[in-house]
Amino acid sequence: MEKVLTRNIGPEQHTTNLAAYKANYGYRGLKKALTEMSPDDCQAAVKNSNLRGRGGAGFPTGMKWSFVPKGDACSPGHKYLVCNADEMEPGTFKDRLLMECDPHQLIEGMLLAAYTIGADIAYIFIRGEYLVAIQRLRDAIAECYANSYLGERILGSDFSLEMYVHPSAGRYICGEETALINALEGKRANPRAKPPFPQVSGLWGRPTIVNNVETLCNIPHIIDHGADWFKTLGVGEDSGTKLFGVSGKVNNPGCWELPMGTPIREIVEDHAGGMRDGFQLKGFLPGGGSTDFLVPEHLDLAMDYNVIGAAGSRMGTGTMIILDDRTCPVGMVLNLIRFFAQESCGFCTPCRDGLPWSRQVLEDIENGAGRAEDLETLAYQVKYIGAIGNTHCALAPGAMEPLQSAMKYFYDDFVQHIDAGHCPYHNGKGAL
Amino acid sequence: MPTITIDGQTLEVNKGDNILEACLNAGLDLPYFCWHPAMGSIGSCRQCALVQYQNENDTHGRIVMGCMTSVTEGARFSLDAKNAVEFREAVVESLMLNHPHDCPVCAEGGECHLQDMTVMVGHRDRRYRGSKNTHRNQYLGPLIHHEMNRCITCYRCERFYRDYAGGTDLGAQASRDRLYFGRQQDGVLESEFSGNLVEVCPTGVFTDKPFLADFSRKWDLQSSPSICGGCGVGCNIAPGERYGRLKRIHNRYNHDINGYFICDRGRFGGGYVNSKRRINFAGLQGTDGSFAAINQEAALSKAQTWMQNARIAGIGSPRASLESNFLLQTWVGSDQFSAGFSDAEGSILNRQIEILQSTRAMNPSIKQMESADAILVLGEDLTNTAPRVALGLRQAVRNKSLAMAEQMGLPDWQDAAVRNLAQDALSPLIIVTSYSSRLDDIALHTLTLTPNEIAEFGCNIAARLQGKPAHNALIDEIAECLSGAKRPLIISGSSMLQGNIIESAAAVAEALCEHNANTMLSLCAPEANSVGAAMLSQATNLSLSNIVEGADDIDVLVVLENDLARRLDPASVKKLVESGTKIIALDVLENTTLDHSTLVLPAASFAESQGTLVNNEGRAQRFFSVFPPAHDRLPSWQWLLQLATCSGSSQLSALTHFDEVVDACAASRPIFANLSEVAPDRSFRDRGQKIPRQTHRYSGRTAVNAAVSVHEPQQPIDRETPLAFSMEGLNRDQPAALTPYVWSPGWNSNQSLHKFQAEVDGPLKGGSAGLRLLVSSTKGVQKLSLTTPVSEKSDLWQLVPVHCLHGSEELSRHTDEIAELAGDAFLTLSIATAKELDVDEGDRISVAGCGDTISLTVKIVERMAAGCAGYSIGFASTRELTTGAEVHLQRDIAWQPLKPSLIASDRDSMHIGGVNRHV
Repeated sequence: MEKVLTRNIGPEQHTTNLAAYKANYGYRGLKKALTEMSPDDCQAAVKNSNLRGRGGAGFPTGMKWSFVPKGDACSPGHKYLVCNADEMEPGTFKDRLLMECDPHQLIEGMLLAAYTIGADIAYIFIRGEYLVAIQRLRDAIAECYANSYLGERILGSDFSLEMYVHPSAGRYICGEETALINALEGKRANPRAKPPFPQVSGLWGRPTIVNNVETLCNIPHIIDHGADWFKTLGVGEDSGTKLFGVSGKVNNPGCWELPMGTPIREIVEDHAGGMRDGFQLKGFLPGGGSTDFLVPEHLDLAMDYNVIGAAGSRMGTGTMIILDDRTCPVGMVLNLIRFFAQESCGFCTPCRDGLPWSRQVLEDIENGAGRAEDLETLAYQVKYIGAIGNTHCALAPGAMEPLQSAMKYFYDDFVQHIDAGHCPYHNGKGAL
Repeated sequence: MPTITIDGQTLEVNKGDNILEACLNAGLDLPYFCWHPAMGSIGSCRQCALVQYQNENDTHGRIVMGCMTSVTEGARFSLDAKNAVEFREAVVESLMLNHPHDCPVCAEGGECHLQDMTVMVGHRDRRYRGSKNTHRNQYLGPLIHHEMNRCITCYRCERFYRDYAGGTDLGAQASRDRLYFGRQQDGVLESEFSGNLVEVCPTGVFTDKPFLADFSRKWDLQSSPSICGGCGVGCNIAPGERYGRLKRIHNRYNHDINGYFICDRGRFGGGYVNSKRRINFAGLQGTDGSFAAINQEAALSKAQTWMQNARIAGIGSPRASLESNFLLQTWVGSDQFSAGFSDAEGSILNRQIEILQSTRAMNPSIKQMESADAILVLGEDLTNTAPRVALGLRQAVRNKSLAMAEQMGLPDWQDAAVRNLAQDALSPLIIVTSYSSRLDDIALHTLTLTPNEIAEFGCNIAARLQGKPAHNALIDEIAECLSGAKRPLIISGSSMLQGNIIESAAAVAEALCEHNANTMLSLCAPEANSVGAAMLSQATNLSLSNIVEGADDIDVLVVLENDLARRLDPASVKKLVESGTKIIALDVLENTTLDHSTLVLPAASFAESQGTLVNNEGRAQRFFSVFPPAHDRLPSWQWLLQLATCSGSSQLSALTHFDEVVDACAASRPIFANLSEVAPDRSFRDRGQKIPRQTHRYSGRTAVNAAVSVHEPQQPIDRETPLAFSMEGLNRDQPAALTPYVWSPGWNSNQSLHKFQAEVDGPLKGGSAGLRLLVSSTKGVQKLSLTTPVSEKSDLWQLVPVHCLHGSEELSRHTDEIAELAGDAFLTLSIATAKELDVDEGDRISVAGCGDTISLTVKIVERMAAGCAGYSIGFASTRELTTGAEVHLQRDIAWQPLKPSLIASDRDSMHIGGVNRHV
């Protein structure tokens, strides 16, 4: 398979300086756009490529960009491009790889995105713990300024862009694009009500596009090679390649660039090396902590947005977490709910107070103090917290996804906990 | 008007409303927490959920939030759908996870929105078995009590305090279910509007601290419709009483004036009614200067002996009712009457009324001011002289953001979205004052000028508007900004005691009126009835100095609710006292005038009497007694009727009842012709009964005095007003001026207000309270020659008055909490002046050249006009100082800062502004 996003990245290989990046066709897409393509051409290329957002929601990138008002429709003032590099989804580490090992690829993608939507200021809102990535991006940006890839009149064109790295103060919710914008403005990182969408009223009330790191990293290649080429990369219904990851009790946990639509079985068995000896696959979260469990019967599904969606889960970030047969599913869900309850911004009631309530019920069940009616309470909570629209943003519905699917696939485990009065995986002795 | 369907019921709703508003307007009970009619929606509590259906065939629908969903033609909703009902109950169950359920010991109990909503959604059984989160409460000063454990995280406090009122020291902290609403550290809340937290909070996190210390349940309070006496704005208030004590004051909704909010002076400044310094009995001064208490008859007969064939003069008061002032003037005759203003203030207020009656500009209510899109403030520190106006201006400057939102099709109630869109874009506000004001943070330009320069600046703008080149870029800019506005607003007032500032404000407004009929001119008045007293005044009236000069010829001087020491310099007071004139003083609290009076008569406070006050816009409003006056107190109008009879005068002999006084006043002058329409008279009956002051659940009516006597007294009978000291009758759909409190079945909290409104956030069903007596004309203001004396450069400092929300007003400062906040009298200096005089914040400075030399605490402000120093007006120790006086300033060398006695917790407060604060 052709390596696209990771063409400069290998086990012992990373490409952090401008010269090395340029040597491997770096900034060729940018030069092409600035000399041969209008912003509308770029917009068309991205739209035609069927690129979908790699941050988790899978929204078509070209369509998102098309909502940004242009020309007379836009009041005078700045437009912003924000790279969402606040990678905090449990089990997810793909953006880190891209930023640490190939920072210029992201910068080129951002330059092209900014050129397309007419943004003149760009921010990389990055997870504060990503110290290496922050340093490499800052170095790369400095190189770009020094070599006319950033700043006024880039490469002699009429296009100008200022770019800043903004390390996050650290909240999971900052990955939600409007919470990210609030954080960037120095406000509490609460998500905003939509509409209005950031494309119209975002950072400082101005038109703003927020894209995930991996999404932006695809742009140089789409511009360079064209939309049709990009569409051929996927083996299923979606275009391009994707960074897939696997964590859990597999032989070879890691992250690989594979075509969109790669079957799950291939990812788990070929790339992750299958389950470790003595462990059976019991289930897996296909795209991070806030996606529904899938089970072994789903192993032959293709990792495409709609295919995974039809199976009752979401592709999310494409980084799987494996549940094995020796790990308590209730404990795993409890661990996740604890995380989400902890990371709630506290703005809306179902999330702020509902998740700790779920946590209490799960704690009781896991600790052997569960009651028969608790399963009913959990089902009630899933209905109350889990529906999009019941809450202010998608955090709480995301948090409910592993819980509701665990209750669907591992219901017996819940019942056993309650009946036995202890966690069967822990032999009644508490945590292993 | 779009038509929508709710549970099969077809409703016509207001275009642009959200579904929550539409439901409340339709009388449907849809619970909510975070939405507030004045603050709009943010969608945080999720309580007002209902189900929306795509079309007729959609049977499932989806849950939407009522406050975040616009009404659209043909939209279909259900409140009763099972999933909506379950969802709303789940929200309350979640909110109750950490709520302490301490209703029996909570001051909010019985008027708690959370209680109401919990009952409304039917939540009863608790499933959560975890422990509750607890918080540490903060000391927030003497006015507000903090009990964070009760918080349900609706964000209303933060949104009111910061977004609506511009406060900075209270906000949301931490996250998830550990959210905390408070200050960064314990300390007195800085906002002048902090008291509204009590009413904004849906539960008992922020409660009224003085009320808490002397508590009664809402249902046990006897309330009346009343008018705040704190300043000239005339906010409507609802004071509550029990056991003969004024317990608390709540906001009383007036669509045009105060809306949902009042300032802290208005809310907490009524404590003086219960003061130990109240006058309970008449007092006759003996030769040794001490007073002997005498009963009413003895007092009147004493007065009678003095008044036979005597020359009687009267001094009225801008804080007494129109009726009392009218009676005194009618009795003693206009040529023996002074309105009771200081000379300077009197002439300014008379001119102010002339201007308001002749200007072509609109004289706006606060509601109208909130629609202004460019504002010029000349001379007024509004937050301290007309606080509710200042709060209104904070809303007016948001008109730019509302216009941006409209352009985007964003409804104005989408509060967070509108604020995010507009960021710090504000409609232009230009503040021209002598020193810093609390509105500086939202001003486009702040100019710091001496009082004369302010007037000159205003005149220059007026001249520029009339086409005269200004040769000054700033004047050009301001003039263009005002002339380009759709609804420009000019605000000035008398607080600087500088008539030419008002003239210049009128000139600007008149110049704008040439091209813009929507120009507004608002002039602030200092006291609750300043405008009313000025409207009563006649050309033949005496000034206060006339009275002092002619004191030797006056046998009896009747002083109505007026402390002359606040209006006259000490020498004049001395002259008056030593003249041998017998002074009969009627007042509420001990004061200097009473100390020097021959006979003191105990007057009822605003809470024990009724009367009419005319606010700065010329709106006459009636206040009603909350409870009958105790001891020998009588309302001033009753004292005056009796005194007139004693004097042998027949002028007032036809008058017995308050309504007759009103009618006589109405007949006396065309401008008062409609005075009796201000509020219904004592014959008013609603379905055969008077309006009850007590709630239907008023408890212990027959036992309330059992501790004193087991004999059950008859309920007091109110012969003067349309209200009854009773729980019998209906508090529903009555005229707006007669709304003593708000309550509706299922809505025990103040949120029941919407049941009294014609529509949410609209006027009351009972119409608008108050009656405008002053109307603008078409003739325009006759220009007076503006003399702006050129001040000579000298090493003297010109004194300008600094008004303080807490401390400057005469009566409210006798409330303990207000006195605590007022602190010591002070002198404000600019940073440069302080440096020049080698003083620092908190040091003491000697002020010489105006009466005796006095020593004041230094306060340093960012802006203070060159050559000026501000003194805290209305404080006992600055009584010697007069506005405009030129004084010597010198570091008080005799004063030594007290050595701070350091304890660990003082560490943080030790160094404020780089100086040692003496502890």
